[in-house]
Amino acid sequence: MANETATFESGSFEDASIDASGGVGVGIDSASAATAAKPVADNSQNRLATLEAGLDALDTAAVKTRRPWWRVLISRVLPPVVALVVTLAIWDLLVVMHVHSGEIMLPGPGDVWDSLTTNWGPSRMGAAIWDSVYRAAIGFAASVVIGTVIGLLVARIAPLRAAVQPLLSGLQNLPSVAWVPIGIIWFGVTSATIYTVVLLGAVPSIAVGLIDGLDRVPPIYLRVGRNLGARGLDSVRFVLIPAALPGYVSGMKQGWAFAWRSLMAAELIAISPSLGPGVGQVMKFAQDNLDLSLAIGSIIIILIIGIGINQLFFAPLERRLLRTRGLSRS
Amino acid sequence: MTVTIDEAPSARTLTEAAVRLSGVSKWFGKETDKPVLDGIDLTVAPGEFVCLLGASGCGKSTLLNLVAGLDPVSAGSIEVTGGRAALMFQESALFPWLTAAGNIELALRLRGVGKAQRRSEAERLLSLVRLEGAAHKRAHELSGGMRQRVALARALAQQAEVLLMDEPFAALDAITRDVLHGELTALWQETGVTVLFVTHNVREAARLGQRVILLSSRPGRVAREWQVDIPQPRRIEDAAVSELAREITDELHREITKHARFAQGSATQRSGIKSKETRRDG
Repeated sequence: MANETATFESGSFEDASIDASGGVGVGIDSASAATAAKPVADNSQNRLATLEAGLDALDTAAVKTRRPWWRVLISRVLPPVVALVVTLAIWDLLVVMHVHSGEIMLPGPGDVWDSLTTNWGPSRMGAAIWDSVYRAAIGFAASVVIGTVIGLLVARIAPLRAAVQPLLSGLQNLPSVAWVPIGIIWFGVTSATIYTVVLLGAVPSIAVGLIDGLDRVPPIYLRVGRNLGARGLDSVRFVLIPAALPGYVSGMKQGWAFAWRSLMAAELIAISPSLGPGVGQVMKFAQDNLDLSLAIGSIIIILIIGIGINQLFFAPLERRLLRTRGLSRS
Repeated sequence: MTVTIDEAPSARTLTEAAVRLSGVSKWFGKETDKPVLDGIDLTVAPGEFVCLLGASGCGKSTLLNLVAGLDPVSAGSIEVTGGRAALMFQESALFPWLTAAGNIELALRLRGVGKAQRRSEAERLLSLVRLEGAAHKRAHELSGGMRQRVALARALAQQAEVLLMDEPFAALDAITRDVLHGELTALWQETGVTVLFVTHNVREAARLGQRVILLSSRPGRVAREWQVDIPQPRRIEDAAVSELAREITDELHREITKHARFAQGSATQRSGIKSKETRRDG
């Protein structure tokens, strides 16, 4: 400001200002000199429009063209496939070279494949997978409901937040298998025990994710919402929920991982004929029968399901949320 | 001379007001605390373009928040025609989960506009700021200037008679800002909306305002005001605009200088300094 007033000395200031706005200022001058007095307003509007269009074109960076699908496929799918093939190759090589010795046995990939396809048969393994996925889905759905309610309450009620938030973070660190003994003492070896463990695994993550998402809503959005006339439920629906969504979804993503992990641990420990076979129970069966191929096969299946649901469902959802908001890292 | 200085616009108080502030004070915390705003009387006529100018600490943004009804006044009263005013911020504050059109449609929806009308109305508003092509763009895909134009269209969608602008162009580069000054002036003339425009940029105030009000800092009081009769469209380089800017800057500097004297004067009286000196002695 001081500079501007200081340089204002008759003609010298004019020169300085034209320099500052460069060709733009000069262009306006020559254009206005060429036109008559009457259509000046219209003309200045036109000039403004063209000027603005030019600025917009300059400001808008070259539009990123979407990569062709096969390029995406190569960059996303190829590396993990290669990693998988290499792992299998090393594994097979180790077995062929008889690296294992003494009591440590290592079945080859082929043995594991056989035990999954023939020994246990698609029907029995399929039933176990179905059982586990079914339990995980129910447990996760219940966790989302409970975690959301807890998250909303804790985020909104200050004393509750002070009391419960450290506990929620702490629960995330506690392996939820630790609840199995208590569950068995309370509920016996029943579905209730398994669901308790799954809930205690997933609920804290979902609640913490939601609280985090709500905390990170920029206050200006809420003020804008209020100024636009969003009050009460409208404010929650049109501003708060969409603004908190990324944190909530990443909480759910983590919640799914915890739910699946807890379920496997619970199934491995809580075994009863009334519960039916889950993948965890298959693993326990493998342990009891010293069936190493089956144990390794079960681990692979647990991995495939855990990763698969994340990749099919949560990862794309999260990616989309971040991309539309211009927050994606890529 | 196209600039007239008018310290008590008595003619204005007779006309009806779009915004009327009577003895408005604001303090955060206890009443005994130093107020941010102290006894502001201000009347803005319908369709008037008023610029509020001041150094930091003059409470100009606080004042807009009060007029927008986002914060309660501590004393005094504020009347706004139609009961509400649209507010535009320095950051565009467009909702990033919505497209440009979506942001405008939300404003329309919250105003109670039916679904069928929303789309066409949003299109009309976007074309008003010359962004027909950007309807499906999201905030992060737009430049700063384009974002502020969408924000302006969203504010217009509220159809409030008063538009409050809180340093809306402060974050833009000088070239873009200059173009948006022209845009805003044209829209103001076209719509007849009342504008209360907060800025710390003297030349911007002189370029835009029909009236420029200088606020003092800590506490914010109306220090002086200028009636600006330079016809629009003006240019920021116009001699008359520069002349006015120079005069306002001088006055602004006088206001700021007062604080320097005040700080020096009070520093010697302050016990904190004294105790430091005694400690140094001992």
